[in-house]
Amino acid sequence: MFKWIHKFGSPPFVYRLCRALGPWMGWSCLALICVGLYLGLVQAPADYEQGESYRIIYIHVPAAWMSMFVYMVMAIASFVFLVWKLKLADLVASASAPIGASFTFIALVTGSIWGKPMWGTWWVWDARLTSELLLLFLYLGYIALRGAIETPTMAARAAAILAVIGVVNIPVIHYSVEWWNTLHQPASIAKFDKPSIHISMLIPLLLMVLAFQLLYAWNLMAKLRTGILQREKRARWVADLVEAGRV
Amino acid sequence: MPEQSQHLDSPADIPGIWSAFMAVLSRDLLITLRKRQQWLNPLIFFVIVITMFPLAVGPEAGILSLIAPGVIWVAALLATMLSLDMLFTADLADGTLEQLALSPQPLSVMVLAKVLAHWLVSGLPLVLLSPLLGLLLQLPSQAMWVLVFSLGLGTIALSLIGAIGAALTVSLRHAGLLLSVLVLPLYVPVLIFGSNAVASAVNGQPVEAQLSLLAAIALVCLALAPWATAAALRVGIAIE
Repeated sequence: MFKWIHKFGSPPFVYRLCRALGPWMGWSCLALICVGLYLGLVQAPADYEQGESYRIIYIHVPAAWMSMFVYMVMAIASFVFLVWKLKLADLVASASAPIGASFTFIALVTGSIWGKPMWGTWWVWDARLTSELLLLFLYLGYIALRGAIETPTMAARAAAILAVIGVVNIPVIHYSVEWWNTLHQPASIAKFDKPSIHISMLIPLLLMVLAFQLLYAWNLMAKLRTGILQREKRARWVADLVEAGRV
Repeated sequence: MPEQSQHLDSPADIPGIWSAFMAVLSRDLLITLRKRQQWLNPLIFFVIVITMFPLAVGPEAGILSLIAPGVIWVAALLATMLSLDMLFTADLADGTLEQLALSPQPLSVMVLAKVLAHWLVSGLPLVLLSPLLGLLLQLPSQAMWVLVFSLGLGTIALSLIGAIGAALTVSLRHAGLLLSVLVLPLYVPVLIFGSNAVASAVNGQPVEAQLSLLAAIALVCLALAPWATAAALRVGIAIE
């Protein structure tokens, strides 16, 4: 019944799957970004409280969501790698780390750009910004540990352990930062209560979220392909691919 | 059965978990106490870093007592981190870790003994020294006990979390900076609750919530960290 799952452990199968799906992901991602940005930046009305500057949420919110989503993917893949020794799971985790770190960085930069007109400063020790910054540190630690250990198989196992520890810690870090923030909330920052978002703003936002998911999948598949080729460079099927000129 | 007792693998001759735990603990304590510099350096570092702050910020008592909780806690964090590399490195080099990993007792229990020994020589002196540093930073006397208690609970968690980082980087030659990148983000909750407990005590507010949260973190670390550390150590041993 679960026989089809085993296919995903086979490098040639996954390689072909990535090669087949990659372009679709890329083009649909680009199309969605165009539509989403047009609807969001041009069509959607300005916010009555924040004016035009709210429009950065069409980049900021998807990037922030993806920063957490990618870490979850990384941790799950690491767990699968630790338990079932599936090498492809490690490839997914190692390929995800720089992508996730980039999403986190984008979320931080856009958050601080949004903060300039809203709060009057580039950086505020807001709970969400602070946990996002700590998430970036977790990503950087993972990447650094991977780079420091020279034996690839051992680097993979050490990094996988770190990713799983990180995902256990993320909620603790998040809630402690939130608690810390409520204590130190400066009086000058007004707390906005969450207004229900209008449908004309929600649709472009959802489109952008979908586009960022596809962007991640597209990048992940490209990185998986190179990773698989690198790891299997001595395999027969890779040699066949190269000879046929279909790499 | 005189014949059987010659074979060490007969079940009766394998020491129990408790005696193995005590053996590792006393061995580690003995070794560290003989290498005085190893456990003294983090302590000296702790004192010197805290001395730097009045020199940098200025000696006004009001400012000093305001920043004292944070400064002492951050210094404790850094001192713990600097002492982490003595946890496993020497034992990996001389093969002790390999023997521990091969022993019939679970590696996580042996790790717990090592971390406890590490805490006794690095965490506990820090805790005992902290009132003195509180005095230097004009910390009000009502906050002194909270400082000691919060550091007592906090350094246990710091040692346990740090052990994971030390185990992950055990096979690397210059692990110091990497270790701080790995471990400091994980220290954030301990730092927040610990320094906030002391700050609340300075303002005369209740501190039970923060101290209970610190105790909870220490207990969760006690249950989970030795496990993760043992898993990470096996990777490090395999690299060697």
